[in-house]
Amino acid sequence: MNDPIRRPLLVIAALIAALAGLLTPASAQDNAALVQRFATENFGEIANAVNALATSGSERASPVIEALRDSRLVYRQGDRAVFIRQADGSFADAATGAAADAGATRPVRLNNNVRRAIEAAMGALTLMHPDARRRAAAAEAVFKSRDAGALAALTQAIGQERDTRVKRLMEEARAAIVVADASAPDADRITAIGVIQRRGDQDALAMLGSLPANTTASVREAAETATATIRRSLAFWEAGQNVWYGLSLGSVLLLAAIGLAITFGVMGVINMAHGEMVMIGAYTTFVVQQAIRAIAPGLMDASLFIALPMAFLVAGAIGVAIERLIIRHLYGRALETLLATWGVSLILQQAVRSWFGPTNREVTTPSWMSGSFEIGNLAITANRLAIIVFAGLVFAALLMFLKRTPFGLQTRAVTQNRRMAGAMGIRTNWVDALTFGLGSGIAGLAGVALSQIDNVSPNLGQGYIIDSFMVVVFGGVGNLWGTLVGAMTLGIANKFLEPYAGAVLGKILLLVFIILFIQKRPRGLFALKGRAVE
Amino acid sequence: MLNLKSKVLGLAAGAAMALGSFAVPAKAQETIKVGILHSLSGTMAISETTLKDVMLMLIDEQNKRGGLLGKKLEAVVVDPASNWPLFAEKARELITQNRVAATFGCWTSVSRKSVLPVFEELNSILFYPVQYEGEESSPNIFYTGAAPNQQAIPAVDYLLAEGVKRFVLEGTDYVYPRTTNKILEAYLLSKGIKPEDISINYTPFGHSDWQTRVAAIKRFGSTGVKTAVVSTVNGDANVPFYKELGNQGVKATDIPVVAFSVGEEELAGIDTKPLVGHLAAWNYFQSVDNAANRDFIARWRAYKNNPRAVTNDPMEAHVIGFAMWVKAVEAAGTTDPAAVRRAMIGIAVPNLSGGVSTMMPNHHITKPVLIGEIQDNGQISTVWQTPGTVVAQEWSPHLEGSRDLIADHRSPMSCGNFNVRTGRCGAAQR
Repeated sequence: MNDPIRRPLLVIAALIAALAGLLTPASAQDNAALVQRFATENFGEIANAVNALATSGSERASPVIEALRDSRLVYRQGDRAVFIRQADGSFADAATGAAADAGATRPVRLNNNVRRAIEAAMGALTLMHPDARRRAAAAEAVFKSRDAGALAALTQAIGQERDTRVKRLMEEARAAIVVADASAPDADRITAIGVIQRRGDQDALAMLGSLPANTTASVREAAETATATIRRSLAFWEAGQNVWYGLSLGSVLLLAAIGLAITFGVMGVINMAHGEMVMIGAYTTFVVQQAIRAIAPGLMDASLFIALPMAFLVAGAIGVAIERLIIRHLYGRALETLLATWGVSLILQQAVRSWFGPTNREVTTPSWMSGSFEIGNLAITANRLAIIVFAGLVFAALLMFLKRTPFGLQTRAVTQNRRMAGAMGIRTNWVDALTFGLGSGIAGLAGVALSQIDNVSPNLGQGYIIDSFMVVVFGGVGNLWGTLVGAMTLGIANKFLEPYAGAVLGKILLLVFIILFIQKRPRGLFALKGRAVE
Repeated sequence: MLNLKSKVLGLAAGAAMALGSFAVPAKAQETIKVGILHSLSGTMAISETTLKDVMLMLIDEQNKRGGLLGKKLEAVVVDPASNWPLFAEKARELITQNRVAATFGCWTSVSRKSVLPVFEELNSILFYPVQYEGEESSPNIFYTGAAPNQQAIPAVDYLLAEGVKRFVLEGTDYVYPRTTNKILEAYLLSKGIKPEDISINYTPFGHSDWQTRVAAIKRFGSTGVKTAVVSTVNGDANVPFYKELGNQGVKATDIPVVAFSVGEEELAGIDTKPLVGHLAAWNYFQSVDNAANRDFIARWRAYKNNPRAVTNDPMEAHVIGFAMWVKAVEAAGTTDPAAVRRAMIGIAVPNLSGGVSTMMPNHHITKPVLIGEIQDNGQISTVWQTPGTVVAQEWSPHLEGSRDLIADHRSPMSCGNFNVRTGRCGAAQR
């Protein structure tokens, strides 16, 4: 490799090997030469080394490139020997796979160019992988790389493929290679464009938008027609996507507001510390995850289910304490309650800041809440779906609790007519404390959910307090259904405005709308009627 | 009514206590006081608290070396609580009541703009450690962070060299992103990028629902032309932004995001595995491998008593600024602001990226520019860097009103905005 004349020979040898079929084994000597090219700091040369190794047909291609992808490929600076670091910390010679003593090494570094080369190479190398998901990922990688070298392997793989979904992906990948190949016959390329048009997503658009320069007019025309068709269908899906985003934002608003619907809506306490209860719920999640990491790391995926009751109890207990110590002295004095709870919110924020530090805390997202899947062209992210379901469950549970349990009955009795309820033997002050605790506890639950999509920082609650009041006032004070409809309406309206007006103006428009709406209907969407109102 | 009054008073007293200043107890002998003006509460505490700590460490170390001019240094810490007008009040308090020799502080541009008239009126010195939008040069402020040509422009050059032809300029809606994006837009157009290939968007502070924006970025990037995002998104909004990028599967190999406000500190709050390969442009990374930086990290971790404490670019700026101030005071033989300001220009100290930074006559320092990729361990590893250091252009040549302005605080010019066309000082300040 140090001999400059050998390099072109090597490339030719690699090309011949590639043409002769991917599985021709390379000799041990070739392996050593191929692998040694990784021992450099130059990213361009590393990317070339990946390509050369992948097309060489060497049986070492897969393990070496995989090691590079996982930053486990290292080299010794002196003699440029390349090693793979194994999972157990020992080293293996990259060219032979035999155990070796590496000594002092440096990692082979990655950048985006190298990563792209790795993705393309791994795509071509794993088309025959026994795992269907790996084969699908490989087909996608080839679709993106349009690497003509993978065509032979792809055709072979399509012939053997049983899984219809993976087969379709592979055919799309093959179509992408044909479309991108300016030397292919026009008829083939136009047929291939048809295959890509049926795929119909943004990757297909990107593919059709990057035809090689010397493409004939007829192919170009076919690509433009296909692009227009895909754009039309995507515009339709986009509306659906906006509804989904709206529901997702609405569910976040609902979660943040539903606790406030109890403390403010049902009890009439203007609770400025509501956001801090959400924040405490999020920090409880952090603490629970820390404990799990220390005691039982295997339970990480279940951490949120452990955090939920804990967050409810912690936030609820703090809520009861606030009610007993401060708010009960201030019933009926809205302004003072507002000021006092605002003070409480500052104290809680600064307490958390002193205790946990001012920087964000990392809350791990369980694997089942990561990533996304697609329904048609609708991208559904798992964490948002989980939050929508969770918001619905919390809402239903709260509704059942207030309507169907004795405590719920007492709560409603006390908030509707305190004296009468007292006369019937209900301990009104305890009901007050527990109701406030319930509202705070639900805010804590919201904190567990929000820790998955937002910063876990002392300021977490502040971002939600205004929105929460907006939802409760808009929906109608004292009515849980109003909170639900209000949250969803505001969420969806916001998401339909955002693409046109931008996030800043969209929010302003929404606030103006609510101000006008409140002028017209001061009691919100679902006004309580009857004597209970006063 | 009495009740209400007493409660409000109590609250006010509590708030005053929470927001009030606390000076480190004065020693018997005479000391040189150094003001530290960083938010320790409120939204900016997340970024600024570490800067306060790094200043305390530097002052502590200087005292162990015997202080300055034979006197001990004494830190005066105040908390402007992320409240911009309060920054000006606290600055005035530091200068007139505590009589500090110099102040190290501020993070956001709006806080700097708020204290600028105070420092000019009372003729004191401020060291400002954060990368900013430029278009300013005060005789009383030393800018140790990057101007746009020391961060934003080289980052865009890197993307252009990588073959990117389509740009999304995504920012938080305030002065730094708006000015930076204006400069970048003019620069990209001058490089032959078509106007329809540039999309500029702003979101509010603390924006947490990024679904629509990330989907729009994906759509903008699906034309087959190589696309990148240049992000001036600030502070807390970054974590949900990156989480959404990860969730919607926007990979750095498809659409890389290069950020100007995301450092090691911000990354500490997220799982960085889905973000591997996204870029950051700074003048310093914790991962920079040289003896000075390794030593600094070790000292910082020992001081914080946390073996995993991270370092970042604005901290390095304070290290440079403090070292420069110490040298200038020693050269001037006094802490008198006028003499120190004269002595500052031309002072050169080693930076932590393995070079030497010099204070230029425009009160900005020379810096190397590093482009790094985010790694799965939350660190940023350098993939490209300028061969030497870059001199700051405080007045951007890419903007209409600032093209003809230069700053030179040496006499006889002594002007922060000299118009070379009209030959007058302060002629065309916007």
